[in-house]
Amino acid sequence: MANTGPSAPTEQPSEDHGGLSRERLVWMYTQMARIREFEERVKRTFTDHPGVIRGHTHLADGAEASIVGSIAALQPGDQVMATYRCHGYPIAMGTGTKAMMAEIYGKSTGLCKGLGGSMHLADVERGFLGTSGIVAANLPLATGAAYAAQIRGQGQVVVCFFGDGASKQGAFHESLNIASLWKLPIVFVMENNHYNVSTRSEQEDANAAAGEPLSVKSVAYSMPGVTIDGGDPVGVHNVVRSAIERARSGGGPTLVESKVYRLSAHGNLIAPPGVPLHYPEHEAITIFGDREEYEAALRGDPLPRFRHTLVTGELLTADEADRIAQAVRAEIEQAVSFALDSPLPEPTAGLDYVYA
Amino acid sequence: MTHSIPYVAAIDEAIREEMERDPSVLYFGQNIATAPEDPFLRQFGRDRVRVTPISETAEIGMATGAAMAGYRPVVELYMAEFLLVAADQVINEGPRFHFMSGGQVKVPVVLKAGYGFTCGWAGQHTGSIYGMFMGVPGLKVVLPATAADAKGLMTTAIRDDNPVLFLHHYLLALEPGDVPDGEYAIPFGKADVKRAGTDVTLVATGWTVGKALAAADRLAADGVSVEVIDPRTVSPLDTETILASVEKTGRLVLVDQATKHSSVAAVVAAEVAEKGFSSLRMPVSMVTALDSPIAYSQPVEDYVLPNEEKITSAIRQMLGLASATT
Repeated sequence: MANTGPSAPTEQPSEDHGGLSRERLVWMYTQMARIREFEERVKRTFTDHPGVIRGHTHLADGAEASIVGSIAALQPGDQVMATYRCHGYPIAMGTGTKAMMAEIYGKSTGLCKGLGGSMHLADVERGFLGTSGIVAANLPLATGAAYAAQIRGQGQVVVCFFGDGASKQGAFHESLNIASLWKLPIVFVMENNHYNVSTRSEQEDANAAAGEPLSVKSVAYSMPGVTIDGGDPVGVHNVVRSAIERARSGGGPTLVESKVYRLSAHGNLIAPPGVPLHYPEHEAITIFGDREEYEAALRGDPLPRFRHTLVTGELLTADEADRIAQAVRAEIEQAVSFALDSPLPEPTAGLDYVYA
Repeated sequence: MTHSIPYVAAIDEAIREEMERDPSVLYFGQNIATAPEDPFLRQFGRDRVRVTPISETAEIGMATGAAMAGYRPVVELYMAEFLLVAADQVINEGPRFHFMSGGQVKVPVVLKAGYGFTCGWAGQHTGSIYGMFMGVPGLKVVLPATAADAKGLMTTAIRDDNPVLFLHHYLLALEPGDVPDGEYAIPFGKADVKRAGTDVTLVATGWTVGKALAAADRLAADGVSVEVIDPRTVSPLDTETILASVEKTGRLVLVDQATKHSSVAAVVAAEVAEKGFSSLRMPVSMVTALDSPIAYSQPVEDYVLPNEEKITSAIRQMLGLASATT
């Protein structure tokens, strides 16, 4: 952990679970389990139902603690924008997994009627404004939503999620500059999974190459920056909550670098039609030949880690945890069945939403 | 009732009236509202009127985000070429979100920029680059040629629920014109017949509309009746009015300040070839800019641009008339 910049929020010790109630902690664990199961079923679809998922998908497995810890800190009316790696946030925000899976399967019952797909989920009613498939393009969008929130003056905050790769784009720097200059109510959550598609951070990030946390970038924009363990949902929650409170009270933005490890490859195989799609092994193995790095990440998997924390803290019994796992499996099984059974859109739907 | 004001003041008038009518309209961008006595700033306050850093990607992206969150931003981008800095946000973000979200969000944004500043601004500030944008699904593109059109089209641009690229012509900025008092909205996709005629159809946009009308005046002295049509919005493009005119005249001349292959002229030529071929009595004539960047030095700049002379001689040639004596 590193704190940089003016009055950076501090990570609270997790022993008291950040003041979160047992019910809230169990809710957080359940959301993490739902995201994991959802992503595993997306991945399995390539083998169970070849051809059903087209194009490119990007999974959030490994980032569940960071996602849920952050989303749990939102208040009603707050808004979120994210990237193409976007399945986790709406699940934690209450979007139905049936409509989500149907969208990823390109069905008319999908969240976006099958027009958006895996990379472009949106659930505006629940505050999930949408995503961009272009690296860092969502930062200006989220900053604009925060400008809207500032004008509206009802205390809304926007949380913008992106990867470490985005911080090499001009859009990142332009957005942080204006957000800080205008004291906009926004929290920038950088999920640093250490890989930019296929390169490691130190290959393309000057701060990483110098051995510094990426949150030091906040210093250039006179905003607080903090680097945290994204595998600890309670720690994430505490830091993001204080950043949100700061934003809500007019203090302006914060850059949170949340260190995670994505447990899947960047995405499924990129291949032309006719080549069966699947998920290759993680780039640590396929490119860098570092199986031990990946094995270590699996040993630190945030889902069993949080289960262990809750069970040893006597906040959850092993039986309860098993029942949650069972319920989650049943839910996502139904989502898969619903998506498989749903009809494809009418071809002419392609002309329905070109213009509003 | 009308009043006479310059083209550039007509645009401001539309923005001011829409901001008065609708509190969700915002106005921000480069080089505006820098001084505390700025009239927009004084009337509407700093929340709604803000100068931004020179950060086109952020300016345009923020407009899209604010629009998705319920506002109607007008972004002052100053010069059309600056859109290119933020091409992703202009082309691949705002115009995509209504579609990608299955209709959940709307993106009512106006991107306001000047173009065609061919008066010594040389290679990077003089382009007529609307051809790059007029084929972008989800985006609308507006090219006003008169003060009245500038007001009426800006009003409609602000009220439209889609991203609109409002490109005003820098050489027209100080041209006065009669502008309707009060609320004035011109529907998109409706061409304006600036001058009725029977022998030749002349389609022009922006600054070339004035050149086309001047050429039509000169030819009238020789007994040639030219119909001048200004599409006003090139996306959506009113091909029906053009096709109806060609059906009447059988002759089509297309004038455009853009280079030929990136011009409105090329698109109109294709539409007429597809839907009005049997009306044409002879091949279409294209009077566009030559395929060259714009030079700094005036004779070189003049050489590549369309002008009244080039339009007149294209029409004379089409009609088999001798070269102009005047």
